[in-house]
Amino acid sequence: MDTISHNIQAVPLNHYLLLCATIFSIGVIGVLTRRNAIIIFMSVELMLNSVNLLLTAFSVYRGDATGQVFVFFIMALAAAEVAVGLAIIVMIYRNTNSIDINVLNKLKN
Amino acid sequence: MSTFYFIAFLSVFFSILVITAKNPVHSILYLIITFFTFTIHYILMNAEFLAVVNFIVYMGAILVLFLYTLMLMNLNKESEPHKSILIKIVGFIAGGCFLATIVAALKALHVSQPVILQNPGLGLVKNLGGILFNEYLLPFELSSILLLSAMVGAVLLATKDKESKTA
Repeated sequence: MDTISHNIQAVPLNHYLLLCATIFSIGVIGVLTRRNAIIIFMSVELMLNSVNLLLTAFSVYRGDATGQVFVFFIMALAAAEVAVGLAIIVMIYRNTNSIDINVLNKLKN
Repeated sequence: MSTFYFIAFLSVFFSILVITAKNPVHSILYLIITFFTFTIHYILMNAEFLAVVNFIVYMGAILVLFLYTLMLMNLNKESEPHKSILIKIVGFIAGGCFLATIVAALKALHVSQPVILQNPGLGLVKNLGGILFNEYLLPFELSSILLLSAMVGAVLLATKDKESKTA
């Protein structure tokens, strides 16, 4: 592990920020441009994960393990969110036979 | 150091493929690869615990759940009608503006110290477990209630349809 952690000794914090901002905005573009509800959901997961990575990078940078505990809680929350969200998508698919989000512009049909 | 840049390139490349792939199954498989590169990032930062949790929870549980859901509704072809090209362009412009704003804000920051791991045992299970079960015991127990309620909610939502049809 010592040799591995020597690898990152020279990576500036800004590069972690740039990487995570890039992946986050890729997730935003995915939410805005796709119509498939599952792919939109996956883009949200991508955004959650980029924030997790940045929290870990800051935690290592500051030498404070609280950030990593927080990432652990975010992962538990994401698991719950995915279970409920996919159940809702399955229910929508049963009712409308489609997972196109444009079908869902009415609350009651 | 070059390992980081290579893995970062792979992360961005596969996350672009996630949102551009036509077939939803391919999209999910690319997302699995993206999460695997994230696991490598965690290992590079010596956050062992998070690497293992990311590997098991995200790649093992969440993405398999996605795959099963996609399998339940068989939409192999004609998966989505094309969104109008105008909306796609507007989406790209909006996301690009967001990225440009953050990058410009980072340029103004212009202080960039390297990420150095002062304490090698920072992300190990021993250290994190001590913090988790001392300072954050209450949130930890509350998250178990959250997971239980999410499980009950998911089962209720996914099976509700049949009852309402018979009733």
